[in-house]
Amino acid sequence: MSNRLINWFKFASPQSFYPLAGRMIPWFWALAAVFGIAGLWISFFVAPTDAVQGEGYRIIFIHVPSSWMSMFIYLVMAAWAALGLALNTRLSGMMAQALAPTGALMAFISLWTGAFWGKPMWGTWWVWDARLTSELILFFLYIGFIALQAAIDDPRRADKAGAILALVGVVNVPIIYFSVKWWNTLHQGASVSIAKSPSMAQTMLWGMLIMALAFWMYSIAVALMRVRAIILERETHTEWVKELSEVKQ
Amino acid sequence: MSAILAIVRRDLLLAMRRKSEVLTALFFFIIVVSLFPLGIGPEPLLLKKIAPGILWVAALLSTMLSLNRLFATDHADGTLEQLVLSPTPLGLLVAGKIAAHWLTSGLPLVLLAPVLGIQFDLDTSALGILVLALLLGTPLLSLIGAIGAALTLGVRGGGVLLSLLVLPLYIPALIFGAGAVEAHISGLGATGHLSLLAALLALAAFFAPWATTAALRVALE
Amino acid sequence: MSWNSPAEFFAMGGYGLYVWGSFIVCGAIMVMEPMLAKKRQKDILRALRRERIADEIEKGTL
Repeated sequence: MSNRLINWFKFASPQSFYPLAGRMIPWFWALAAVFGIAGLWISFFVAPTDAVQGEGYRIIFIHVPSSWMSMFIYLVMAAWAALGLALNTRLSGMMAQALAPTGALMAFISLWTGAFWGKPMWGTWWVWDARLTSELILFFLYIGFIALQAAIDDPRRADKAGAILALVGVVNVPIIYFSVKWWNTLHQGASVSIAKSPSMAQTMLWGMLIMALAFWMYSIAVALMRVRAIILERETHTEWVKELSEVKQ
Repeated sequence: MSAILAIVRRDLLLAMRRKSEVLTALFFFIIVVSLFPLGIGPEPLLLKKIAPGILWVAALLSTMLSLNRLFATDHADGTLEQLVLSPTPLGLLVAGKIAAHWLTSGLPLVLLAPVLGIQFDLDTSALGILVLALLLGTPLLSLIGAIGAALTLGVRGGGVLLSLLVLPLYIPALIFGAGAVEAHISGLGATGHLSLLAALLALAAFFAPWATTAALRVALE
Repeated sequence: MSWNSPAEFFAMGGYGLYVWGSFIVCGAIMVMEPMLAKKRQKDILRALRRERIADEIEKGTL
């Protein structure tokens, strides 16, 4: 047990995490590609036409995974933030900072595809329904987090301030979701009609899950890429960075 | 306890000396609310329907105006560092500052709101609910805002950043606050909204001073 | 799934604009984001290399 603990702390230092991340990135890209191709295949060639929505429902295969990811990344970000505040590890703040733009883009994709789905199904690009509105607010929370970190020059202070904001946000997200839902409980129509025929829901669910896995792998890969850059930016003046083979060439 | 009172008294005294700051936020509130009928048109039924939302949005915005100075002036003259070093727990002192902020920025809005509500043809009972909702909601705004003010203390472009951070967090207060009056007008009763608002206030009263303290310590490190 | 012709596939039963509008934007973002991350990495590496060369010149080892 203690051995394992030591190992964890070993990889928690930017110096040892940097090469580890470098080795992991290609694997995550490969997984993202495999799941992505499989997911797209199911989305376009396996999943049958929806009885109500025709081919238009196929947007669900990116809309739902991106919504899931946008929420999940916020939780992961807050978890890293909490870890950083509790244990004062340098890497945690960098991970939170690396995840934020990906989360914001996932929220953006979710909003964009939501609008493109809403137009043919509900007749408007935007509906003030509970889920779309909460997603918009989540997007604002991401933007606030990124803006706060960008405005603070001292990286340690930026990490801690960002961590507090992320934790306040994570307490607020369920409250916001509940309040928005209370405010408007009109999100039936579209989603319910999809799940009508059970055999179809099965393929759709598989397609969505595989696409979600692809999004997941993509998010990890791109966040690791970003965290590597952040590590180098923050550790510019340390010996180990100067000794990196990439720097020496 | 006496330390909290001392902080409140001190901040109120400072606010009295700088009346213009308090009055500016108040007039901002009045002007914003009065702009809406000019932008939308004088139709009484429509105005009555949107009045709670307008009053609440204007209250959020005018609270934002004064949040900036919640810690900034104390930070600039070094008082804040003295407070951090004092033997009284910082959380209590921060609670005192938040209370003073509410007394100078929130309470005037509560008192002014019925007058503005009359402009929108709200009847007496609706005005009562409006005041009650604001009475529960504006302390919530001060509490959540204090976290944002502490996080953006001494940061580049702090004012705009503060609104970016805090306004999304104000959404539940806005929904339940404006919703209470709307529900009352439509005959559904405002009890549910008001009790949720009270629950949020209790939650924020417990956590916000704590989070603000953490943020202040980070800012002063 | 039975798409009889590529044209039918791209038309998406009349929902072409919406389906492709979603998938293309999503794909574009997922190409852009890694490229930006890669650029960030490249920029910082270039700066580090320059710094290293400057150090060596200063020390007289180059």
